[in-house]
Amino acid sequence: MIEAPDLSLAGLSPLLFLFGAACVGVLIEAFAPRDTRHPAQVAVALVGTVGGFVSTLLLAGTREVTAAGALAVDGAGLFLQATIAGLGALSILLFAERGLDPARSSFVASAAVPAGSVRDRELLTSSRVQTEVYPLATFAIGGMMLFVAANDLLVMFVALEVLSLPLYLISGLARRRRLLSQEAALKYFLLGAFASGFFLYGLALVYGAVGSVRLSDIQEAVTDEGGGTLLVLGLALLLVGLMFKASVAPFHSWTPDVYQGAPTPVTAFMGACTKVAAFGAILRLLYVGFGTDEWTWRPLIYGIAIVSMVVGAVLGLTQTDLKRMLAYSSIAHAGFLLTGVIGFDATGDSPGLSATLFYLLAYGLTTLGAFAVLTMVRDGDGEATHLSQWAGLARRSPVLAAVMTLFLLALAGIPLTSGFTGKFAVFRAAIDDGAWPLAVVALLTSAIAAFFYLRVVVLMYFSEPAGSSAAGGSLEGPTVGVPGLPTTIVLAVTAAATLVLGVLPGSVLDLAGQAARFVG
Amino acid sequence: MDTVPADGLLSASWLLIALPLAGAAVLLLGGKRTDRWGHLLGTATIAASFVLAVACTFQLDDRQVAVDLFTFIDSGNLDVQAGLLFDPLSAVFALLITGVGALIHVYSIGYMAHDPRRRRFFAYLNLFVAAMLLLVLGDNYVALYVGWEGVGLASYLLIAFWHERPAAATAAKKAFIMNRVGDVGLALAIFVMFTQLGTVTYEGVFGSVGLLAGGTVTAIGLLLLLGACGKSGQFPLQAWLPDAMEGPTPVSALIHAATMVTAGVYLIARSAPIFDLTETARTVVLCVGAITLMIGAIAGCAFDDIKKVLAYSTVSQIGYMFLAVGLGPIGYAAAIAHLLTHGFFKAGLFLGAGSVMHAMDDQVDMRRFGGLARKLPVTFVTFGLGYLALIGFPFLSGYWTKDAIIEAAFDRGGASGWVLGGVAVLGAGLTAFYMTRLMFMTFFGRPRWAPSEPGRETPHPHESPPVMTVPMIVLSVGSIAAGFLLVQAFPLDEWLEPVFGVPEEAEHVVAPAVVGIAVTVVMLLGVLAAWLFVGRREVPVVAPARVSPVTRAARKALYADAINESLFMRPGQWLTRALVWVDNRGVDGAVNGLAAGLGGSSARLGRAQTGFVRTYALGMLGGAVLVVGALLAVTAG
Repeated sequence: MIEAPDLSLAGLSPLLFLFGAACVGVLIEAFAPRDTRHPAQVAVALVGTVGGFVSTLLLAGTREVTAAGALAVDGAGLFLQATIAGLGALSILLFAERGLDPARSSFVASAAVPAGSVRDRELLTSSRVQTEVYPLATFAIGGMMLFVAANDLLVMFVALEVLSLPLYLISGLARRRRLLSQEAALKYFLLGAFASGFFLYGLALVYGAVGSVRLSDIQEAVTDEGGGTLLVLGLALLLVGLMFKASVAPFHSWTPDVYQGAPTPVTAFMGACTKVAAFGAILRLLYVGFGTDEWTWRPLIYGIAIVSMVVGAVLGLTQTDLKRMLAYSSIAHAGFLLTGVIGFDATGDSPGLSATLFYLLAYGLTTLGAFAVLTMVRDGDGEATHLSQWAGLARRSPVLAAVMTLFLLALAGIPLTSGFTGKFAVFRAAIDDGAWPLAVVALLTSAIAAFFYLRVVVLMYFSEPAGSSAAGGSLEGPTVGVPGLPTTIVLAVTAAATLVLGVLPGSVLDLAGQAARFVG
Repeated sequence: MDTVPADGLLSASWLLIALPLAGAAVLLLGGKRTDRWGHLLGTATIAASFVLAVACTFQLDDRQVAVDLFTFIDSGNLDVQAGLLFDPLSAVFALLITGVGALIHVYSIGYMAHDPRRRRFFAYLNLFVAAMLLLVLGDNYVALYVGWEGVGLASYLLIAFWHERPAAATAAKKAFIMNRVGDVGLALAIFVMFTQLGTVTYEGVFGSVGLLAGGTVTAIGLLLLLGACGKSGQFPLQAWLPDAMEGPTPVSALIHAATMVTAGVYLIARSAPIFDLTETARTVVLCVGAITLMIGAIAGCAFDDIKKVLAYSTVSQIGYMFLAVGLGPIGYAAAIAHLLTHGFFKAGLFLGAGSVMHAMDDQVDMRRFGGLARKLPVTFVTFGLGYLALIGFPFLSGYWTKDAIIEAAFDRGGASGWVLGGVAVLGAGLTAFYMTRLMFMTFFGRPRWAPSEPGRETPHPHESPPVMTVPMIVLSVGSIAAGFLLVQAFPLDEWLEPVFGVPEEAEHVVAPAVVGIAVTVVMLLGVLAAWLFVGRREVPVVAPARVSPVTRAARKALYADAINESLFMRPGQWLTRALVWVDNRGVDGAVNGLAAGLGGSSARLGRAQTGFVRTYALGMLGGAVLVVGALLAVTAG
């Protein structure tokens, strides 16, 4: 007879909120009349994410391993879960915006209708929405929260799939430029499956070497026997799978295409939440599973951080599309985050852990805000994301330009924004650990990356507006939509957080410092 | 002598500075509301300061009094207390500044009566007096420096008061920039004091300067001298002072004759304990003084602009004072005495010149004057007394104080004593020549009046109002009596003994009576020469073009501007151009090249982003191989 594992329902409550809401969403999809679905789905998704967020806060201070050792409830995990749930709730708000697009949503009316068909054109102007995006997104958020709490490689893999599959789907649900969106979804799916294969193979090799998939068992094996070839090979393949999700170069190639093709709220969601989840898993794998074998993975992370920063910053220079530019920015930031991961200390508190946690929170909020601004600038065919269309935007819409400037300055790491605090924290963690050359490279690439962020600022403030007579008048200038309540909330929260975390980061830094513990 | 804490009225001596400063603040911040009475307030504050200075001086009673105010800078090892030092030396300066300052304020009420920006003028003038008082009353070099820069600012603002005239704007900039050269010297001297001695107070510096190596003391001395040369218009930084005459005439009288330009003399006299230790620096001071004395006197002979002649005369007379302080202990008191009498008669001369200009529609070309003695009797008499005092006419002010300096120069002994004494005597002759020339061209001869500009009437000279003539009369009394009072009646060197100590009684190389007679004879020769060359002939209304090379050189002020241009301005311009070139080609090139390189590599790397999933997958596979390889290499290695 198999004994049921001991479950701490309290420790699982954040996940239960998310998955429960997702299941309710599926039921609503099946039984509720079409007209009532959208508000109901939004409400359920928000209840799920906010509930998950609140329950992680209530769990603060808990340290336990539950579900037969498969799940860890610890400070770092809860911090990451709260970050994901919070950012997820804001993303849901972006999804729910119905005021900006004339067709009342960023999402397609009916995904099953072939793009470009007569029916598709008819539906373009209808107010129908494929409301499955809400349960799908809720499942993805649940998967991410499971991902960062997984204390077992197999659970981690399941979580990876739970978070990935809905993402593949909702990436393809853009209302406009549907072919681009579907192409992105297909690419993401194919490459994601490829990466999952690496992860799974790595898992198998580790199991072969250790005889267990539990992180604590792996740690024991590493400590006792050192890293055998099989184990190291397994670690390498696991890392490939995780770094793909975190869009770290050289596993980044999907990022620009998918970021560009996916509906912008989904891009915001991916840019913010997926990054947090993937880095949460990387941190747990390296710090808990292979923490005692630091000197095996350290040189690799060191090198990959440099590659990612350089590739992201340099390739970002020549982008002319804002969404692609932010995609390369996300690759560069993955490199900056890896500099924080370097700051590991097996014997005591890892300064790198708290720095990386703070950075993830700050970066997630700023990215979400930046993409939220993108949803507001539109031309006749959806969002106007080409750089030239943003010329002189400050004259037309000073508030929007100011908010975007704030986000861009934060991404560039200018003082008095959260980006500076985050960069300062991760660079200091790296320097404290003796990796000052890495910090130097990071600073140089920050300087390079600052160019393309500031170029947008210059364009908004110091160029003739697109479509004005002085600029030739050939290009139709974009319109700046009036955001509804959801987007306004998102912009207010993210802008305020970006500023507060830059000016008065003390309390949040302390919180990240206190949370920076993994349970073994 | 040790300083004692201030008591009684002396503890309120900070009001000396605060009153004019408050006046300036009210006038500047009060705006148009103060237009009607602002000039009176400005004058009243200076007058009040003067009364207070007199009262303080009577209470002083040959003590040195310290007034602690507040902590000015407290940073690391640098601790600067804002404190005042009221001793006999600062007392005489305070009296000169507030006394002459008050008279010139009164005069300005008349002179600037019709200027639309009169309030602003008085505000700047008050600001100047406050800064100048801080300069002489501060008890440390940093306070002196603050005052030093303050008077520089006020001087700049006042030279450029009529900034709509390009010449005034240029002159102000020239004054500012040349002063800056000197100020760097003063600042460096203070830095050296702080690094070597750890203090900047007079008490601390003078107490421990003897412990320093000789070279360091000489360096401090020379740097201080550089500062003094800039502020006092001494060689090689003399060229700004004549140009500064573009400012309103009361400014020329107060700032560029009586007070600010003598700050250099004050600095060196105040730093006497430093200069006493360094023979080298003192010799340089002597040379600077002697050279400037001659340059000023020669240039003064050739100019036709009445204010420029007086300006070169100022340069020359300050040269005398530098010569005196360069002589060391025997010269300090003589220098200060000459400084005071010069302050009276030169201020009077400038006010007289202002009165003449007032009568002549603001013209300054003496070739267009002539015969003004009868039209402007008060001006003529007061100006004439100032003139006699300046050329050292026996028993007037200049005679006593200039003679003392010339005697001291001869008393130095040896060949250098004879050379310096000779230069000083020759300078006295030249002074007599150019001043007599000025008198002849302005007040005597046939009137050569002409309209100030085409289309206007020929001026009808008339005497200035009493508000202007009264200060001139008061100053002329000073021109007559100050020398006798300071040298004979109430000897200044005894009053200054607490500061400079008792100088040894020098052995006279040449008997004082002989010197006195010789100087008088040379002076009379100068007057005679002026009568021969200028007085007995008709003055041409256009300066003759065919003149001797000496005259030509003198007209160019001995090519000071040309030398400055070729030595400093042109190399500076070349350096600027070279730096711009390096910036354009080198720095910008590197930056642009880097940007182009990054952009190029970005475009090249971007080609890997083909949009095909197969390419992406291949890239990931390659990355995975690298990761595996790297980890295995680390494990194996």
